[in-house]
Amino acid sequence: MGDVEDVAPRREGIDPAVAPAAPGATGAGGAGGGAGAAAASTVPSAPATPGIRRVRRRREGAVIAGVTGGVADHLGVDVLRVRLVFVLLVAAAGSGFAAYALLWLFCPIEPRGVRRTVPPRERRQGLGLATLGVLLALVLSGIGGQLSGWIVGPLAVVLTGVALVWREADTPDAETGLARRSRRLVGGRLGLLRLLAGAVLVTAGIAAFLLGNVDLSQVQFGLLAALATLAGVVVLTVPWWMRLVRELGAERRERIRGQERADIAAHLHDSVLQTLALIQKQAGEDAAGREVRRLARSQERELRAWLYGPPGGDAGHPAGAGDATFAAALASTAGEVEDDYGLRVAPVVVGDAPLDPDTTALVAAAREAMVNAAKHAGVDEIDVYAEVEPETVEVFVRDRGCGFDPDAVPEDRRGLAGSVRDRMTRHGGRVRLRTSPGEGTEVGLVLPRTPRSTNGTNGTNGTNGTVTEGPDPSELEEEAR
Amino acid sequence: MTEPSATATPDEPVTVVVVDDHALFRRGVRAELESLARRTVSVVGEAGSVDEAVAVIGHRKPDVVLLDVHMPDGGGAAVLARTRPEHPEVVFLALSVSDAAEDVISVIRAGARGYVTKTISGRELADAVVRVRAGDAVFSPRLAGFVLDAFADRPGATGVVDPELDQLTRRERDVLRLLARGWSYKEIAAELVISVKTVETHVSSVLRKTQSSNRHELSRWASDRRLV
Repeated sequence: MGDVEDVAPRREGIDPAVAPAAPGATGAGGAGGGAGAAAASTVPSAPATPGIRRVRRRREGAVIAGVTGGVADHLGVDVLRVRLVFVLLVAAAGSGFAAYALLWLFCPIEPRGVRRTVPPRERRQGLGLATLGVLLALVLSGIGGQLSGWIVGPLAVVLTGVALVWREADTPDAETGLARRSRRLVGGRLGLLRLLAGAVLVTAGIAAFLLGNVDLSQVQFGLLAALATLAGVVVLTVPWWMRLVRELGAERRERIRGQERADIAAHLHDSVLQTLALIQKQAGEDAAGREVRRLARSQERELRAWLYGPPGGDAGHPAGAGDATFAAALASTAGEVEDDYGLRVAPVVVGDAPLDPDTTALVAAAREAMVNAAKHAGVDEIDVYAEVEPETVEVFVRDRGCGFDPDAVPEDRRGLAGSVRDRMTRHGGRVRLRTSPGEGTEVGLVLPRTPRSTNGTNGTNGTNGTVTEGPDPSELEEEAR
Repeated sequence: MTEPSATATPDEPVTVVVVDDHALFRRGVRAELESLARRTVSVVGEAGSVDEAVAVIGHRKPDVVLLDVHMPDGGGAAVLARTRPEHPEVVFLALSVSDAAEDVISVIRAGARGYVTKTISGRELADAVVRVRAGDAVFSPRLAGFVLDAFADRPGATGVVDPELDQLTRRERDVLRLLARGWSYKEIAAELVISVKTVETHVSSVLRKTQSSNRHELSRWASDRRLV
């Protein structure tokens, strides 16, 4: 039932026509029925949306559980007629009770905020009819002779008690803190009374049933047996009860913790992150300034990882060791390079993929490209862009530094190109290098994603310019050497 | 508070109002913009809250508003919602420390013409201001990445209502990709053999689509996704 209630409103997309009613109103309306009973007539909540319509129990103006109101809304008839039908059905061997109970169980309550005003007359009629139904059941059981007499009479009493208890348990569905608290204050005693009354009725019904059937000594024995059984069940299920309690506690703690974290995040976001950004901007260009900037950057990154990172990630290890995905691994690698070389590495990742040996190698290659740019390009910022597509994973490491002439590669560059390319070719990927003196450098790493097809892609490895998509390779493009 | 914007050079500096709840940061931005050798930008006002921002913008009528995404009383989106109807000519550029996709996309969809992070240098910021003033969209690599991601065709993506609005053209994707790679408009133009103007047109069109598409992902996705 919980599921149904949760899902149904969204699927149908019925928007409550009016703004959500004051939270307290539903509670009070459900409890006493005194609130909000103005003079206007009932507004059928005729849903304007097409599609499947479902019976929704009325939240406001319910006499017992809002079932008849819901049915009336659904069928578009007067609620009085529906109630009459139910009362008449009671006469048909009590099937009205059964129908009501089943509808109660299976129909979700209407979404909060559908406001309707129920005239007091209608409410009185409803109450009267409900009583009439119960009386009818009793009377019928009376004239129905011995056979049904001793069943239906007590049964009706039991059902009344059950209805009372159910109703009490049913109303506070997912009410927010304020509403619930006010309900506790206002409806608390009344609710308790209703619970007690329900229990008494159920007990009385059962007792009546038993008394009608068996003599007193048997009752004594029966009661003892029942009590013993109950006690046995309670003792047997103690572990489950304990676990239930513990789980509830844990769940609440978790929720509180999450809430706390969100609060802290909101607060830190607006103070500490701002300050760290400011420090990065204002730090001087000398060695001390660079160090300050580096520290501020690394703190910012760790703070971000903690604030927005996956739940359970602790502050000490915001990313790093446990990276499960390519994007996370690339981001933490960029962070390491940022820390080690005191410059800004801004990774932008589109899409994500699991880490497998291939993507791990890609991250390692990207790291080498970043480190190389950090060492040689003479810049304080590197752009890293990665895009995960169904067929390929691409990483571009871009700096706006001095660049170099690919035809006159210095010794250390050769080392870079060699090691990056070796890594990539081992995993079926390719390296594209764009650079020229003064223009900066961009190392493009392309890794095909078709699983385990390294052989096939190796063949095209040597050829230049077999770019599958994206901008056409210009004359600047060079196969890394 | 008033900046000698009257001493305008032949091509007048772009007037800017800085909206940020951190006084320190406002001062930093102002100092940085005003210390630039070529005064292309002039800060004519500051505001530290949404109400203040609405008042200052109404009073100063700046060319560009540098807008913080996060503020205690509603943030950049609230400022946009309250000032844009009355002052449609004012251009907004989001300036934020937040890299959360949710924030970035929502402020763009509220009407900002671009997004830059607060660690941007003063010169770059001035360039960005001048560019949005000229009607361009300013896409930082990160924003480009977010938009690409939001428009990506995922297997789970729901059917789209308006295919015209809900798809990026191949060319727009190319431009966005290069932006995300940190390329400048000029470099992109050279690479794709198109004019810088065409690049600008593509970017503006992407911005328009980001703002008006009711693509499921754009609203849903941003909130699902944690920042990188």
